[in-house]
Amino acid sequence: MHVPLSAYLFLSAYLFVLGVIGVATRRNALIIFMSVELMLNAVNLSFVAFSRFLDSMDGQIFVFFVMAVATAEAAVGLAIILAIYRNRETVDVAELNLLKW
Amino acid sequence: MSLAHLEPILFAGLALVAAISGLLVVIQRHAIYSALYLILTMGSLAGLYILLEAHFVWAVQVLVYAGAIMVLFLFVIMLLNLPREDVPYARRDFRRILLAGGLASVLLVELVLVLAFRPHAGAAKVLTPGFGTTETVGRLLFTQYLFPFEITSVILLIAIVGALVLAKKHFS
Repeated sequence: MHVPLSAYLFLSAYLFVLGVIGVATRRNALIIFMSVELMLNAVNLSFVAFSRFLDSMDGQIFVFFVMAVATAEAAVGLAIILAIYRNRETVDVAELNLLKW
Repeated sequence: MSLAHLEPILFAGLALVAAISGLLVVIQRHAIYSALYLILTMGSLAGLYILLEAHFVWAVQVLVYAGAIMVLFLFVIMLLNLPREDVPYARRDFRRILLAGGLASVLLVELVLVLAFRPHAGAAKVLTPGFGTTETVGRLLFTQYLFPFEITSVILLIAIVGALVLAKKHFS
């Protein structure tokens, strides 16, 4: 008996929605950022599952590129959070309202 | 007992760990616990990648995601040394949480409905030899996907420069 494709996709959908909830509700910029990483991981799981079930390597190549972009995004994003913390002494997105009109 | 018989059990265990630790990432009050649970989530996803015969992706997941990226996160969290959050969610309005929860559940229901009503690919195809190995991935990256691969190096270079410029002490 094998695990069906849909089981992987359900898990992926669940993790993605968790990430969405984290981004929409949390105030700590770092946790919001980790929720984004969670969403990226959920999508990667879908890619790898499809790759396995369609016997096509393209999904895994895509995961490689997603990971590369996620690395770049993490480095730049954390540097931005660090710079914000230096200037404002907070990473609370509810208090970072300088650009709010 | 062969691996094929163990597969559903392994999947169930890893999926359970991923699901619970993923939930804990979102609801923790202290960022450092979120980060540690995120590492656990990524680790169990790495286990799922082995079940899916994606050996190269498994290695990269452990090295790059659970290793490099999360160490970066932990460094920044410890550098900022933030106190425990007393009000972890958006202040004042619970409307925002309700809105977010509502939209998220709509998204989840839609994803599940799409999955439930689509005809599936059915059983997994028989894999071609060498599926998921580093050799196959490398061969594809240096032939069919050479141009995107080179672009990736430029993106990483820009990210390094950008991170340095942003994190520098006095930038004007």
